[in-house]
Amino acid sequence: MTAAIDVADDALLDALERAAASYFIAPWDCVAAMPADNSRAGSPISIAAVGFALSVYPIAVERGWMTRADALARSIAALRFFATSEQGAAPEATGYKGFYYHFLDRATGRRVWRSELSMVDTALLIAGALVAQRYFDGRDDDEIELRTLVHWLYERVDWRWAQNGGTTIMQGWKPECGFLHYGWEGYNEAIVLYALALGSPSHPLGESCYRGWTMTYQWENIYGQEFLYGGPLFMHQFSHAWIDFRGIRDAFMREKRCDYFENSRRATIVQREYACRNPHEFAGYDETTWGLTACDGPTDDMPALRDDPRHFLGYAARGVPYGPDDGTLAGWGAVASLPFAPTVAMEAVRTMRDRYPAMFDTDRYASSFNASVTTDGRPWVSSGLFGLDQGIVAMMIENHRSELVWRLMRECDYIRTGLRRAGFRGGWLRHRR
Amino acid sequence: MDDRLQQSEYERQRLANVRPPTWRNPPPSREPYDLVVIGGGPAGLVATEAAVELGARVAVVERNALGGNCLNFGCVPSKALIRTSRVYADIHSAAHYGARASIGSDVEFAAIMERMRRIRARISRVDSAGRLSERGIDVFFGDGAFAGRDRIDVAGAMLPFRRAVIATGARPDTPKVPGLAEAGYLTNETVFDLAALPKRLLVIGGGPLGCELAQAFCRFGARTTIAQDQPLFLPREERDAAQLLSEALARDGVEVRLNTAAVRVVVDNGAKVVDLVSDDYHSRIVVDEILTGVGRVPNVDGLNLEAAGVAYDASGIRTDDFLRTANPRVYAAGDVTLAHAYTHTADASARIVVRNALLGKKARVSALTIPWCTYTDPEIAHVGLYVREARERNIPVRTFTIPMHDVDRAITDGEELGFVKIHVHDHSDRILGATIVARHAGEMINEITLAMVANIGLATLARVIHAYPTQAEAIRAAAIAFERSQQPARRRTKRVVPW
Repeated sequence: MTAAIDVADDALLDALERAAASYFIAPWDCVAAMPADNSRAGSPISIAAVGFALSVYPIAVERGWMTRADALARSIAALRFFATSEQGAAPEATGYKGFYYHFLDRATGRRVWRSELSMVDTALLIAGALVAQRYFDGRDDDEIELRTLVHWLYERVDWRWAQNGGTTIMQGWKPECGFLHYGWEGYNEAIVLYALALGSPSHPLGESCYRGWTMTYQWENIYGQEFLYGGPLFMHQFSHAWIDFRGIRDAFMREKRCDYFENSRRATIVQREYACRNPHEFAGYDETTWGLTACDGPTDDMPALRDDPRHFLGYAARGVPYGPDDGTLAGWGAVASLPFAPTVAMEAVRTMRDRYPAMFDTDRYASSFNASVTTDGRPWVSSGLFGLDQGIVAMMIENHRSELVWRLMRECDYIRTGLRRAGFRGGWLRHRR
Repeated sequence: MDDRLQQSEYERQRLANVRPPTWRNPPPSREPYDLVVIGGGPAGLVATEAAVELGARVAVVERNALGGNCLNFGCVPSKALIRTSRVYADIHSAAHYGARASIGSDVEFAAIMERMRRIRARISRVDSAGRLSERGIDVFFGDGAFAGRDRIDVAGAMLPFRRAVIATGARPDTPKVPGLAEAGYLTNETVFDLAALPKRLLVIGGGPLGCELAQAFCRFGARTTIAQDQPLFLPREERDAAQLLSEALARDGVEVRLNTAAVRVVVDNGAKVVDLVSDDYHSRIVVDEILTGVGRVPNVDGLNLEAAGVAYDASGIRTDDFLRTANPRVYAAGDVTLAHAYTHTADASARIVVRNALLGKKARVSALTIPWCTYTDPEIAHVGLYVREARERNIPVRTFTIPMHDVDRAITDGEELGFVKIHVHDHSDRILGATIVARHAGEMINEITLAMVANIGLATLARVIHAYPTQAEAIRAAAIAFERSQQPARRRTKRVVPW
């Protein structure tokens, strides 16, 4: 099933993937050597970035960039931390009800920034843990312990509590004010969250929960593409880093005679079409330069831009076609669409690399760049590196090249159960393990 | 003539029409009226005039001023202000159009309000008490209350009726914020009496009124904050529409505080200090005025509905699909009974009532196709079902979306923020609903409403020639997108493009 890849492309992708993976392989000076959210000084740990790390380590082993022993040690250290750190309603605990706070202190692993107990970020962490559980299948004590820890962590998550008595899963919770009410509706990156919550052997959601969420979907024809609308590109990518959606369909996709993988291809085309139109006339946009998604923006570095009529933003989810759009693009967004639309994605990867070399730190993508904001003629580039960006780059390139993570997760009983309970049928779900 | 005198003159003219100071109620008919209408707002006046056109003997009872909320405190004055605010916005963005224009630092707020009052006075002529009386309608000013199942008492005068309509409308609800009442606040019933532009304004509530006036006052130069206790403005509207509105307000300079509640108000040195809470974040702002727009309460008080056997609750008069109350002689129309509290639904419901009450017809309110519009910039207009409503009813739905940046006239006008979304049944071209976000969305939605009422499918709209260049071409573009989607792929493309 793996797509044939041009040799030159593969060399470039190998370099990009290895560079991205190196973010996680680097020796982090954090509790349990977990990676920080980003490479800027003092950045806390992000639990989602840890989920990506746990997924990238097997890739790194298979590619020869890391020994299996190192990968196992790093993985098990993180999992032991999450198993033993404080869970409770105290404001500085690490988690509560099996979920974890979005950002943790890099030295102590306790909650920082008054961050929220994040349901989707916990799901990304657990998804990464399940990759590790599938990969480290040996009989050594450590590998057995790892698998036991993952099972225990997953079973501890009280997904039903996160419904707060409602139909769908809430986005977050804080000890200071309870559940957050951000109206988290419509299609987004949360399928992996629902699959995990439905597949839980201990606290499974009712199947109506998934239907309640998909009830908020909008199937739209935009620029001639019919697709399940989601503005920012990452919404069409993150769940796909773990789950191979080719050929499996839930009730909604059966109705639309589509699947989520094909949907992400169409979403990629819509991004490209938007960039061609470039309604706000930002510099650089065209059919090879696109990628509006959640990423850093220029106002954190340049506060004066907040008063600019072009309405620049800091870190924010940018999307098409309704915005927000401040001229900021994420180069990694195109890479992360490689499995869906390899031709146009590869074209964008090469072009943006040629045009904006400053967005790379030795082949590692900066979070974003903005060619409309220049200093001495040079476009603004986000400083440092973000773990989420590096993680999605490494995973999607690997899935494109070898399907490693997809293969591991296709064999994960929890995921299979969760997808089936969500109503997914067909494709690889037909085959019994 | 100075401003104050001129304003007074316009107000005097309006009041002479809507509540003449020397008015004397006519002697009531001894024979039962064919129709007595309680409430002289949009619903009441339409019912009154429609009944008279049928030859009925009609009385109308008004507690305050004819014209109701729409003329005196609602659509008319707010749209007059909004129009001026658009002028200011256009002046501010003149350079974007290659034009030069400048305004001084001081907005002539008195002139803005003067124009509003002049327009309000002019429109008030149409349904003046004198003109109604000339048409044979008995006009009674005063508190009307039922004195039984078939009579209404107005200031001691007894009005017997064969049929009656309750059309008393609704009034602004008040947010339950400690200290707000003591500090004082504006509503849509008082904001149009402002004599000076507040330098700092807090709008509590992100519904249509709050959003419209927050944007208008910001464009006049008030430092404006809007606090909405939900994640998006206009909670009923489509998420993308509400998000575009947030963006538009922010671009205008409105400080947008979503998911934020006002929890306390105190007065300090003449300023209003408001504590705001968003989840666990507490903040405080200091303003000169607070405008509330958190919803409306139906006017059912003082009508002695029990005497008439008319059932009601907090949402208003209870009516069936024919707008008949628990008393079969009594009907209700407009905001006092409808979930859709708009002037045009008041009008439509009043016509249903007259047909059912006087002609014995069985017209149903559920059969109405009701568009509505929030007059922000861009405007947000909707008709029919939302996607979510369709899906909840197990109706498979597809949406054809045309961003306004794909419409030539929107580009030339510099009015690209927005979209046309038309929802159709998945297996046909039947239009289920539409949302339009555009500078003139309120005008554009009428085409979709017409198509829905006349049962014209989206495919037919593709064959309707639209004048070029117009922004309404977006509707035809959506229709053409629909037609393209119906064609086999091999006919659409001459060669396969490898993605």
